[in-house]
Amino acid sequence: MSVVVDSIKENPVEEFLRTDRLPHVWCTGCGIGTTVNCFARAVKECGIPLDELAIVSGIGCTGRVAGYLKLDSFHTTHGRPIAFATGLHLANPKLKVVVYSGDGDLVGIGGNHFIHAARRNLDITVILLNNFTYAMTGGQVTPTAPLDSIETTTPYGVFEENFNLPHLAASCGAVYVARWTAYHVMQVKKAMVEALNKKGFSFIEILSPCPTIYLRRNRLGSAIDELKYYKEHSVIQHGADTREVGITVRRPEKIIVGKFVDIEKPDYLTAMNKHLSEVLGDKYVRWGE
Amino acid sequence: MAKRTGIEVSIAIAEAARQANVDVVSAYPITPQTHIVEHLAQLVADGDLDAEYITVESEHTAMSACVGASAAGARVFTSTSSQGLALMNEIVYLASSLRTPVIMALANRALSGPISIWNDHSDVMNERDTGWICIFANNGQEAYDLTLMAFRIGEDRRVMLPVMVNFDGFILTHVIEPIHIFEDQEIADFIPPYEPLCVLDTDNPITVGPVGVPDVYTEAKKQQEMAIRESRPVIEEVFEEFARRYGRRYRPVETYRADDAEIVLLAQGSVIEAAEVAVDHLRDQGKKVGTVELRLWRPFPFDDLREVLCSTSIKQVVVLDRCISFGGPPGPVLSEVRSALYLEKDKPMVVGVVAGLGGRDISLEEYVEMFEIGEECLRTGKDPGEEPELVKIVGLRE
Repeated sequence: MSVVVDSIKENPVEEFLRTDRLPHVWCTGCGIGTTVNCFARAVKECGIPLDELAIVSGIGCTGRVAGYLKLDSFHTTHGRPIAFATGLHLANPKLKVVVYSGDGDLVGIGGNHFIHAARRNLDITVILLNNFTYAMTGGQVTPTAPLDSIETTTPYGVFEENFNLPHLAASCGAVYVARWTAYHVMQVKKAMVEALNKKGFSFIEILSPCPTIYLRRNRLGSAIDELKYYKEHSVIQHGADTREVGITVRRPEKIIVGKFVDIEKPDYLTAMNKHLSEVLGDKYVRWGE
Repeated sequence: MAKRTGIEVSIAIAEAARQANVDVVSAYPITPQTHIVEHLAQLVADGDLDAEYITVESEHTAMSACVGASAAGARVFTSTSSQGLALMNEIVYLASSLRTPVIMALANRALSGPISIWNDHSDVMNERDTGWICIFANNGQEAYDLTLMAFRIGEDRRVMLPVMVNFDGFILTHVIEPIHIFEDQEIADFIPPYEPLCVLDTDNPITVGPVGVPDVYTEAKKQQEMAIRESRPVIEEVFEEFARRYGRRYRPVETYRADDAEIVLLAQGSVIEAAEVAVDHLRDQGKKVGTVELRLWRPFPFDDLREVLCSTSIKQVVVLDRCISFGGPPGPVLSEVRSALYLEKDKPMVVGVVAGLGGRDISLEEYVEMFEIGEECLRTGKDPGEEPELVKIVGLRE
């Protein structure tokens, strides 16, 4: 028994955590912490030196990630992490900038920044935890909430169509698009490694159980039930047509997961350097290369 | 008759909006305001309030939708806090300059950064010059009453301006207080259906919000300035009618044990009731102290304030600001109070302190310290700081 106790004294990803900030705010069963664990392992594996990595979060439950990771981090205002990340990346292109935030933050209030960063193919990685609700403020409707979802601002169910996030990212120009769930820890880690090493706008959507707010209010059971549902109903379809992967109802028969997009395209800085070199010739000093 | 009910202050404010029979609610979640709009969403969904509840993707959109709905002739309500109000800021100016009487319940919370979800007044002070009528409540009953009155004031044909009702986040929003909630019919008598002055109407097309070229911009601003100044008598009429109907009298400037006081603490919001405890405590020791509450912030109640502070027993005012005016006089309330008294001959001295930032509690001892600062000023005839503009923060950890 003592052997077991000894072996769990130190968390294997402890070196990436600000342990003085623990315990964290996330509820038991919440998927955010699981993905942070994946992310720490991905950071270890991706080969990017820690002093060349910065993490940016917005507001909300997932917005707390930047505060718990022992990396250079920026906890920004609600909806703006991609805008802050744009400045961070362009001022110091050597930094690998990761935006780690929630659905309400990134495609609700911050949706404009999301589509434009993808359109410009800005060389950043966006990790979006989708729990279908504004969890931190008590469960209001987000633009990802599937039809009929019960939220505090839609007590009789959602009637608006929601976003299909992989399709949104892909159609705006993202070069890497994947979706996994908090159940798929190995795949999440692998996708994070790939996204971190991808040049251009890389995007990972991770479906994550919110037992306190979303699951409870929608009578979908516990976090365990949700993970079992992810396990049993996820269908891996790499390269799936993103138009077909929307989650339109609360418990669809299948959730299509996998790596949907992995293409090559000049990122924002590459395009800028190429264009201005052509127009200005020797007068132009190339940036970030 | 009104029933006295134990009710969360946020819910009471939402009930006020329901009783005012609002047509449109548009809001975005933000702590600590959220319970207000959640309750309204439930009321709309349950059919207890015949209104459009617009779930939007940001506060900027919330206020835009409110102004649009108001221009279409709807009675409109929204609620926000802190960063939400800051994000609305662009449209907050439009609401007043386009004369759309949107009613806003503002759960006061500190502005970032650092990120703080707790209470102070930096959010509302940021909106000081937006042209909204701006009123402070210091307890749950007042927040409920003032929200009701806000509809009467803002929608009055002589006013037609948006109104912001301020109440401290968490300290008020999240507590359950015994509140007199009126019968719906009583409120229906007090707040008749809204009759907009001019609305977007396809049969009689008008344009709302066009460009104001240099030829007309100044005049438009002058009209706006006249409108908010001229709202003063209407505000007092509504206070008066409320007192007549319901027995609770509100004044633009409220006082507590100030009649024979020498030193008064002047503040806004929930701190006033806490300061009153300190006043009682000091009065027991024979000190002549009291409080003055600047309930009405815009339009600024110059006359009422001068009447309370000038040519009376009051020799020293200590102004408590709940936010800092960086690089300026300590806080906006201090500057305005000093400015309002500038031309008066028989006026008290005015000193400023800052306290209660970002949710920091102000203890009884600290209120006493504020009065002691006043005492020291009175004794020496000058501010305790080496320079008059030095920021004196009470409760600062050093």
